[in-house]
Amino acid sequence: MTHDVRQGDRSAWSPKIVAFVCNWCTYTGADLAGTSRLKMEPNVRVIKLPCSSRVNPLFIIKAFERGADGVIVSGCHTGDCHYSTGNFHARRRFSILHDLLHFMGVDNDRVTFAWVSASEGNKWQEVVNETTARVKQLGPVAALEEKGGAR
Amino acid sequence: MNELREVARKLLAEGTVQVVIGYEEGPRGVRPAFITSAEQADKLVFDTRCVQNLAAYLNPRRKQVAQLGKAAVVVKGCDARSVAGMIREKQIERENIVLLAMRCGGVLQNPEKDTELTEETVSVRCAGCTAREPKLFDHLLGELPPAPPVNKSRMEQIAALEKMSMAERRSYWNEQLSRCIRCHACREACPMCFCVKCTAEKTQPQWIDPSSTLQANRAWQTMRVLHQAGRCVDCMECERACPEHLPLGLLARYVADAVERRFEYTASDDPSVAAPIGVYKSDDDEEFIR
Repeated sequence: MTHDVRQGDRSAWSPKIVAFVCNWCTYTGADLAGTSRLKMEPNVRVIKLPCSSRVNPLFIIKAFERGADGVIVSGCHTGDCHYSTGNFHARRRFSILHDLLHFMGVDNDRVTFAWVSASEGNKWQEVVNETTARVKQLGPVAALEEKGGAR
Repeated sequence: MNELREVARKLLAEGTVQVVIGYEEGPRGVRPAFITSAEQADKLVFDTRCVQNLAAYLNPRRKQVAQLGKAAVVVKGCDARSVAGMIREKQIERENIVLLAMRCGGVLQNPEKDTELTEETVSVRCAGCTAREPKLFDHLLGELPPAPPVNKSRMEQIAALEKMSMAERRSYWNEQLSRCIRCHACREACPMCFCVKCTAEKTQPQWIDPSSTLQANRAWQTMRVLHQAGRCVDCMECERACPEHLPLGLLARYVADAVERRFEYTASDDPSVAAPIGVYKSDDDEEFIR
């Protein structure tokens, strides 16, 4: 089946969302969501990393470049980091990235930052479903390349 | 200016330094000068045309400059912050440089075109300057000129961009960034871009496509300003160096404002003050995290 999202054919389009998650909390939380058989949108691809502070802002930029329509970055709640302070550092970096993306016209709705602990399977389900719904609203990532007057 | 020449002459004659990096008259206005003998010290000038941030020449990777020997460098207050940044990040040692800090009354936005400092001609980066009298110096020189007029054009441009819709802002940046030719002059001009190997040149993995496409250009500029977050001193050398005249100063200022808003940090000329990325507070804002 072929469809060109750039031509506006969204009928067959369903968003691709990449989730960068920390090994210690969110990955286990997502696992819990799965083993608890919580119903979730199937659009999210999980990439497991040691810590949320392993997420270089370039990962997010690269994900968009390679066709991801949305990105989730998730790790332990602050204070719970397996490496004590990783997520505090990550939080500082992401806050600037968050502001910069907004300023450069990349909808912040495409990037979800969330703290999800190993016991929060429900929260992971919410994060996945909400992000998917928001990205569906925004449409394909190709919109980021539009110049001049586009939506 | 006489004071500057005298100090430079003395430093060179005594052999305290082997080179004074300053400004001289060139065929097309003021240009950077490398003064290596006491007799040449009279070439040095300092006025409102001295926009260049000479701290960039202290980058230890600039072998030709390093070969000249120990350097004294002429700095404005803003440039002294770059020097502080390089000391903070262990690129240079404080005792290996002599800082000839000039009291500054603002510089021109277009020194090729204008001569007088007015609201339109003064550099946008001089607005709100708190470093007219540098605090990091070996020799503090010149009389303190009156405060320059304030050029609000950049602030207004940022405010206007923030008022736009997301789509309008995106199309503005897409149009600007698609002009980038990826010459990396912004990086070369930047005193704080001193990595031995830049991410833009890494090929395994290749984070940033070297070709000039909108996606790659955006990735490059986003990465560059993010790496500068909390380190940039807003000298706007990136924008001045850009052959395509991209509004890189807008990005720099926006990020500097975001850093200030979130971490209460402005570029400091005290090397012992930690830069905001690399440290944290347990109560940093996290309104954007779910």
